[in-house]
Amino acid sequence: MSLAAAIRDRDVAELPGKRDEDWRWTDLRGLIRTLPEPSQPFEGDVGEGPFDALTADSRVLVNGGDVTIAMGANEDAAVALRLVSRGAGAHAARVTVVVGEAARLRLFESYESEGASVSQASLTISLAAGATLERIVLTAEDAEAVSVSQAEVQLAPKSQYSQTVIASGARRQRLETRVLHPGGHATLRLDGIYLLADKRHSDQTTVVTHASVDGTTVQLTKGVVRDQARGVFQGRIVVEEGADRTDARMGHHALILSDRAEVDAKPELEIYADDVACAHGNTVGALDEDALFYARQRGMSEPEARALLTEAFIGEVVDRIEHEGARDVVRAWAAERLRA
Amino acid sequence: MLNVSNLHAAVDGKEILKGLSLEVPAGQVHAIMGPNGAGKSTLSYVLTGRDGYEITGGTATLDGEDLLALSPDERAARGVFLSFQYPLEIPGVPALTFIRTALNAQRRARGEAEISAPEFLKLARAKSADLKIDFDMLKRALNVGFSGGEKKRMEILQMAMLSPRFLILDETDSGLDIDALRIVSDGVNALRSPERAMLVITHYQRLLDYIKPDRVHVLSGGRIVASGGPELAHELEREGYERYEKAAA
Repeated sequence: MSLAAAIRDRDVAELPGKRDEDWRWTDLRGLIRTLPEPSQPFEGDVGEGPFDALTADSRVLVNGGDVTIAMGANEDAAVALRLVSRGAGAHAARVTVVVGEAARLRLFESYESEGASVSQASLTISLAAGATLERIVLTAEDAEAVSVSQAEVQLAPKSQYSQTVIASGARRQRLETRVLHPGGHATLRLDGIYLLADKRHSDQTTVVTHASVDGTTVQLTKGVVRDQARGVFQGRIVVEEGADRTDARMGHHALILSDRAEVDAKPELEIYADDVACAHGNTVGALDEDALFYARQRGMSEPEARALLTEAFIGEVVDRIEHEGARDVVRAWAAERLRA
Repeated sequence: MLNVSNLHAAVDGKEILKGLSLEVPAGQVHAIMGPNGAGKSTLSYVLTGRDGYEITGGTATLDGEDLLALSPDERAARGVFLSFQYPLEIPGVPALTFIRTALNAQRRARGEAEISAPEFLKLARAKSADLKIDFDMLKRALNVGFSGGEKKRMEILQMAMLSPRFLILDETDSGLDIDALRIVSDGVNALRSPERAMLVITHYQRLLDYIKPDRVHVLSGGRIVASGGPELAHELEREGYERYEKAAA
């Protein structure tokens, strides 16, 4: 069951839906009665991408296609990857990322759609020993778009992978990351932010499998939902038998700012090894009324106080982005949405 | 300046203030003393507009303007400042950012220009030096991980920077050692002026040795039951609140 297969075969029976445990909160089968026609090639100007100021090396896929980003040993690069959708067709993209031994890549990935497209991006990402990748994913999707991104990440010992997914939702949006963690002092940071308004939906799903000893995973996702928006967080960390000395921490925290907004969260730890340090925390609530009064007593209007406190809530995740330029882009992006 | 007349207020349907009247003229410092549960903190929250306090009667005006009709931020812009008994921790917001946001919000509300960044930093450096606050502390999230004494000093710093006209100090001495008490009191006394007035709420007389009041009021059972000069505070320290509690009952 996958959106990619459904698009390829033009068969709605292949769409994932409620009956698939992993997709019960992001039901595509119930949503899409007929798949749209395949997208036409788009020849027009797609405008600027959100990370254009950070690198001159930009790879743009419009309405699907294939791209490979391969880096040799010890290379260092920053690449913007733009997955652009125009119009109301269906399409799929395939992306391969290979980071060679001791190489370093900053990958700035964006999902940009205009129109009621149905799209899938499938990414295969592999890191060699000692390689470093920081992946920043930002979405700017049409309110009518259906968009799924699925990344399969393979780490090697002593590699470092850091990811921050920043999502504003779509009609249905799913951003999925599956990581095979070999241990061996490889480190993984897997963060997320979602700021959702109107009737937008966003699903961040991650699965990390620790296969051997001495692996580290830190994960922090924070979300803010208002209006009738719906945020979904599913995080699973599996520590296989023998993957001792694994250290894995997962946190998901959400603010619900209106009665009709919704957050569904499922943090899961599956531990089959004995000697591990694992923890998870999950909270869903409203803004602290005492802090809100305190800020208002000092002179801030209610909307201003709410925006300040909400920005601060999200700020903890933003601050963990290592690339300074990307951090500034994300901070400005969040401020613009929260002060709207 | 402040004029409170026959004020009644309830929390969750339970009446806490039962006909409180109080007048604090400009240029004066008045102390409110009283036993636990007398309504001291309720008075500070009612005057600043906190949610959950229902005004069931009476009036409160500042220079003739109805305070009770204004939102908390509108009251702040008119110069009402409350130094909290328990200052809130604001994770993720550096103290400098918080204070600058508040100051500019007040200025905008009064139709004044926002303060420039260099001007703001100059002011923050000067005021924090006065209060012996390490300037680097202002770059940290407001009050997060601060000691009780540090939090109180941050309250006085905000007060000094926002330069309010009517100051309410709610149990400002709690959690302060004797050195911190002196620093905080000096900060408060520096703000005394003919245009300003202060209401100092305290359970103990100790603070009033440092911030000398013009008048002392005893709040018991939701009403002012006695008023007098500074000597009244000493009498309360000696004899306790018992006879006023009986009077209120």
